[in-house]
Amino acid sequence: MALKEGTVAPDFGLLATPDQKVSLAEFDGPVVLVFYPADWSPVCSDELSVFSAANKLFRARGAQILGISVDGPWCHEVFKEQRKVAFPLLADCNPKGEVAKAYDVYREDDGTSERALFVIDRHGTIAWSEVSPVGVNPGADGALRAVEELS
Amino acid sequence: MSEQAMLTIPAGPEDHSSGPPDARLTVVEYGDYQCPYCGQAYPIVEQLRSTFADSMRFVFRNLPLADVHPNAEAAAEVAEAVALQGKFWEIHDTLFENQHDLSAQALMRYVEEVGADVKKATDEIAGGRPRQRVEADFEGAIRSGANGTPTFFVNGERYDGSWLYEPFSEHLRQVLED
Repeated sequence: MALKEGTVAPDFGLLATPDQKVSLAEFDGPVVLVFYPADWSPVCSDELSVFSAANKLFRARGAQILGISVDGPWCHEVFKEQRKVAFPLLADCNPKGEVAKAYDVYREDDGTSERALFVIDRHGTIAWSEVSPVGVNPGADGALRAVEELS
Repeated sequence: MSEQAMLTIPAGPEDHSSGPPDARLTVVEYGDYQCPYCGQAYPIVEQLRSTFADSMRFVFRNLPLADVHPNAEAAAEVAEAVALQGKFWEIHDTLFENQHDLSAQALMRYVEEVGADVKKATDEIAGGRPRQRVEADFEGAIRSGANGTPTFFVNGERYDGSWLYEPFSEHLRQVLED
């Protein structure tokens, strides 16, 4: 369940806005992937608020946070604007859940992803990962520690 | 599976706390004065403080989520500035009781209402000490795995259950029994 540390992080190209694609390979520093089940669900909103607030701590360490769910780019755009999410939200919707499947965090039964965090080092290797129960918001402590251990 | 998040900065003399320092229960709240859930939790915490009385120490720290709550940081800084005049709980309560208006003007009115010196408070804010404290609280919250507002830690362990009175008081009772 969920790709483990030491594994090469699968690259991806996903829409961050309706007309802009983002790929993992384009980031020079560490990347924090925040997989969450869906825009608007209560726990996800809290989780993203915490990561948004913590974004400055991650930026200060050169790390880029990327949120990912199976929602489409238009849905992400409204959600991001209304919840003031401070980092890109990627649309893993075409084909649905392809990236979640590559990271082994797709939930076939509900067609969403697990609530999972991956810290990827600048060479594209997974340095740390964590899967939380879908109803529990993980907080940003583990990912922040993992980013700090990289430097 | 994720490990249970633990408070990285233990409650200590620097904290705003009520109740005996050697109480068997220490409840630390990371809160945001503009967050409606923290507003709902405020009277519940009051009720818990009266139920558990001397068995519980309560500590409040700042976790302003400024992106969604644009007045939260200013309110937190005002609370810390007033705390330097020894009136933290007065301003803490006033802010939660007046969450609907945390504009800059209103904040100064509350400072006056709790009997603090407005000039001193604004000087402190301009000097930056309150901001440093809020930022230190904030970083401590993130490092401890705070996962929203409010986040409660009971004897150092993050409490992920409901903070409504019944389930929260039941949890505290169980911790006391263990």
